[in-house]
Amino acid sequence: MATVLFYLLGLVTVIATLLAITRRNPVHAVIYLVNSFFALALLFYLLGAPLVAAWEVIIYAGAIMVLFLFIIMMLELAPTPEADRMGPTWWQWLPVLLLALALVGCTLMLIGVDAGVAQGVPRWYATPRDFGFALFGKYALAVEVVSFQLLFAAVGAFYVGKPERKRRQKKEEGA
Amino acid sequence: MIDGLIMIVLILIKLGVIFAVIMTMAAYLVLAERKILARMQLRHGPNRVGPFGMMQPLADVIKLLTKEDFLPDRADKWLFLLAPGMAAVTAILTFAVVPFGPPLQVFGHELPLVVIDLNVGVLYFLGLSSLAVYGVALGGWASNSKYSLLGGIRGLAQLISYELSMGLALVPVVMLARSFSLTDIVLAQQAAPFILVNPLAFLIFLVSVVAESKRTPFDMPEAENELVGGFHTEYSGMRFGLFFVGEYINLVILSSMVTVFFLGGWLGPLLPGVIWFGVKVLALCFFFIWVRGSLPRLRYDQLMHFGWKILLPLALLNVLLTGAVLLWSRT
Repeated sequence: MATVLFYLLGLVTVIATLLAITRRNPVHAVIYLVNSFFALALLFYLLGAPLVAAWEVIIYAGAIMVLFLFIIMMLELAPTPEADRMGPTWWQWLPVLLLALALVGCTLMLIGVDAGVAQGVPRWYATPRDFGFALFGKYALAVEVVSFQLLFAAVGAFYVGKPERKRRQKKEEGA
Repeated sequence: MIDGLIMIVLILIKLGVIFAVIMTMAAYLVLAERKILARMQLRHGPNRVGPFGMMQPLADVIKLLTKEDFLPDRADKWLFLLAPGMAAVTAILTFAVVPFGPPLQVFGHELPLVVIDLNVGVLYFLGLSSLAVYGVALGGWASNSKYSLLGGIRGLAQLISYELSMGLALVPVVMLARSFSLTDIVLAQQAAPFILVNPLAFLIFLVSVVAESKRTPFDMPEAENELVGGFHTEYSGMRFGLFFVGEYINLVILSSMVTVFFLGGWLGPLLPGVIWFGVKVLALCFFFIWVRGSLPRLRYDQLMHFGWKILLPLALLNVLLTGAVLLWSRT
């Protein structure tokens, strides 16, 4: 039961995140990402960490994504070719509905399952010391790869953002 | 088997009663607000439908249900349709953790007067109130209208800013009660309600709660004279009604939260607990209406200034002071 839930939730997380990356409409991307955060929160609950699950919802879904949304709404993005059509059709919304239904199903299955005692997924206890050793000893390579990825993402964002601004400035100077 | 069946029936009855009471309270709060505001402005208020206008909420619901469900051109259809639901659902779900009375004895079963006593109840409340932002923001964005978008952006900024001070005002409460469970927090106030123990936290929480409920003097997201209707400008019929009802459900919930965290919840002499709880909640609702009747709206920059430069540092200082006092009193 718990193993099934684990893989189901993992699937929802991965699919929702993939959809978030590939959406052209930034607000829709935010909604998919929120969906994946909910799945992550349920995963944390399944692993016996209800507190982390609550934080996942409060901090990531409730605060950080709201800030994302705030910035997207402030940016006044130029309308994409998609926006000229009559708004999204039902098949564009099918994935998010299916993902949300899967989440609701998992939540219903979780009722009555006590956090952490679910078999199949081992429960971990770790002191900050153990955690630190595991993070920077055993998984040091993974941590470094992830941090490099973040650096690449930051550089990439600058690269993608800059020419656009320069072009606009030139146009304004010309006009 | 029979025992289990009785338990399930009791729980279902409890859920039904809670849902009915909240919806009725929300509907009649609308009427109460219109009546009280009218009296404060030397008017009569609604008094035609039924005795003293008591049937007005029913008439309003029938009116809203029969109005056209309007979809603006080029609006983001699904988000536009979903947003009012998000606003109402997050509001009503919060009530799940509110304990409104001491446990009852029914047919030899103990029936706790709370839907579920989560051990992370405070976090559940904060989480849902931070999710409530999405209804406002997405509703404003999806409408494809400048007024709605501005209202949505203001709503986002305001709710995020005041959520911080609201959460920080609850930290001393949790420190004093040593628990995240709302039932434990009520029981910890048996000696003295936390409004007497920590009045500063109460004041910060109260102001943040008024801001969270988007009511005057913090009604920037729907400031009528500049934004028409704010984030719900483009909504009509029952979808507007859902936003509206969600707002009043929110008012009931936030009043209950103030009652639970600072006024001692259901605790009180002589009268039964549920009645004490109801009296406190209604008194707070009256207070909110009173505030709306007497204060003008803040300017947007004043609102941000007040939230970030006054309330937030004050709340942090209060956490520090409470911690120091608790440490000092224990040694």
